[in-house]
Amino acid sequence: MKALVWHGAQDIRCESVPDPRIEDDRDAIIKVTSCAICGSDLHLYDHFMPGMEKGDVMGHEFMGEVVETGRGINGALRKGERVVIPFTIICGECDQCRRGFFSVCERSNRNRHLAAKAFGHTTAGLFGYTHLTGGYQGGQAEYVRVPFADKTHIKVPDELTDEQVLFLGDIFPTGWQAAVQADIQPTDTVAIWGAGPVGQMAVRSAILLGAKQVVCIDRVPERLEMARAGGAITIDNATESTVERLNQLTAGKGPEKCIDAVGMEAHAPRALEQVYDRVKQAMMLESDRATVLREMIYVCRPAGILSVPGVYGGLVDKIPMGALMNKGLTLRTGQTHVNRWTDDLVQRIAEGQIDPSFVITHRGRLEDGPELYKTFRDKKDNCIKVVLRP
Amino acid sequence: MPASASRQDRTARQGSPGSEATPARLAADRRRRPDPATRQLAQGLGWFSLALGVTELTCGDAIARWLGMPRAGPLVRAYGVRELVQGAGILGSRDPTPWIWARVAGDGLDVATVLPGLGGDPRHRTNTVVALTALAGVGLADILCAQALSDAPLAPSERVRADYRNRSGFPKGLAAARGAARDVRPRDFTTPEGLRAWT
Repeated sequence: MKALVWHGAQDIRCESVPDPRIEDDRDAIIKVTSCAICGSDLHLYDHFMPGMEKGDVMGHEFMGEVVETGRGINGALRKGERVVIPFTIICGECDQCRRGFFSVCERSNRNRHLAAKAFGHTTAGLFGYTHLTGGYQGGQAEYVRVPFADKTHIKVPDELTDEQVLFLGDIFPTGWQAAVQADIQPTDTVAIWGAGPVGQMAVRSAILLGAKQVVCIDRVPERLEMARAGGAITIDNATESTVERLNQLTAGKGPEKCIDAVGMEAHAPRALEQVYDRVKQAMMLESDRATVLREMIYVCRPAGILSVPGVYGGLVDKIPMGALMNKGLTLRTGQTHVNRWTDDLVQRIAEGQIDPSFVITHRGRLEDGPELYKTFRDKKDNCIKVVLRP
Repeated sequence: MPASASRQDRTARQGSPGSEATPARLAADRRRRPDPATRQLAQGLGWFSLALGVTELTCGDAIARWLGMPRAGPLVRAYGVRELVQGAGILGSRDPTPWIWARVAGDGLDVATVLPGLGGDPRHRTNTVVALTALAGVGLADILCAQALSDAPLAPSERVRADYRNRSGFPKGLAAARGAARDVRPRDFTTPEGLRAWT
């Protein structure tokens, strides 16, 4: 079958790989009908995340049709059913899964000893996202093996199109969880750093959850325009001070809720901070640039909440713990507990409350993948979200 | 799983002026939108160039003697002129990218000039080491700045810019969407009322 295969930094190729096969009773094989390039795939593309190996198949945002099931599926999935696959693989039985904390499933990461070394404890297995999270082959392919498939799926109604439901696998519930865990009140100003795909979903989620005003911060004009279309006030941090504008918008008190939809590759608005982080990164003294975290801690209203869906991989430096502690801020983080939210979100899509396909700007075939990775990474041609059809 | 990756094409870009003669990442492009940090750094390097240029022009012989190369005074003064031109270029141009890359090349020249001093008169070896350390630090800042400028996103021209103004994502309209999910309040993510930020 054809798949997008990682070969190193900025080297992704569309090539033939062996077809996946059932390896465990709880496996299913999915024929992929649509898949997307996620912003966090770019961390792999740029090789910011450790743990990738040549030959790994990319992709964790995909959907398709069930073509084969293992003996242990027990009717939870049938051939021909149409499913979106969440990027977090879940067993559905461990303590964490039973509490709804699916992204920290204790059993689905087959390399949990590696994750435990890196993070102290294991987190869930992920598709196409390094060997730290299981080294599972990803969904930017014609077929994919889904482990624990009796639980790791989202059934979607036939009347909804692929493009309407594809993002239930990652960016929509990620933006949604980012907003929900910020505990948005009707009087809140919610500031969202990053107007990429997750930032766009977080903007819509904050609007649906009833925030008084939603502010989105980025420096890419077309992304800011899309955020405005979704009801956000925008700050172009290439031309204006984020802190000053946020204080203006909140009578000097700061936003009650802040969401980091940027993560480890943030750009600093101040020269000294930018040089500091890049030098430390170049010398391998830190792995992630914490610019947005620092800014959020500084500008957030005391007793406010910081929500971090943005991906961090390792170590950061110069976190203002004094401000975080003395301001009494709450920090909520984590990969998305996708299945916890998706029943509700499918319903909201079906009712027409939201149509996540608004974010798609580029479409292509799997063979176009390597070029579209580049286009997405470089923000060329107004690219915000890429969908591929194998 | 979001990300903000903003590196630009490392080889060529569409529409960059002079792209046939000069690699796009080195050529000036008015549409470059570097972040404020990079802009400030470039300006700082511009002023540093001017200051160093004036110093090298006025104290060229003294600097050459300090480095143990007494006959290199004219060369140091010539480097001073180079620094002045680069400083003026950085501060006076709309896109300082080629001028910062010129600084990187200049750093290489400086290192090549000073480096033989390590094997020269032992009395000046410490000065040579000090000079090389300073050059390495400034050179690193130059390289980081030049790369960040080259990687800066381009402001899309109106001609190619897609119109995303109608992409609300709310089929029933923004007004209907506001607060439509207000009832979503998972207990484990709800802050006790007494701990909420007051409004």
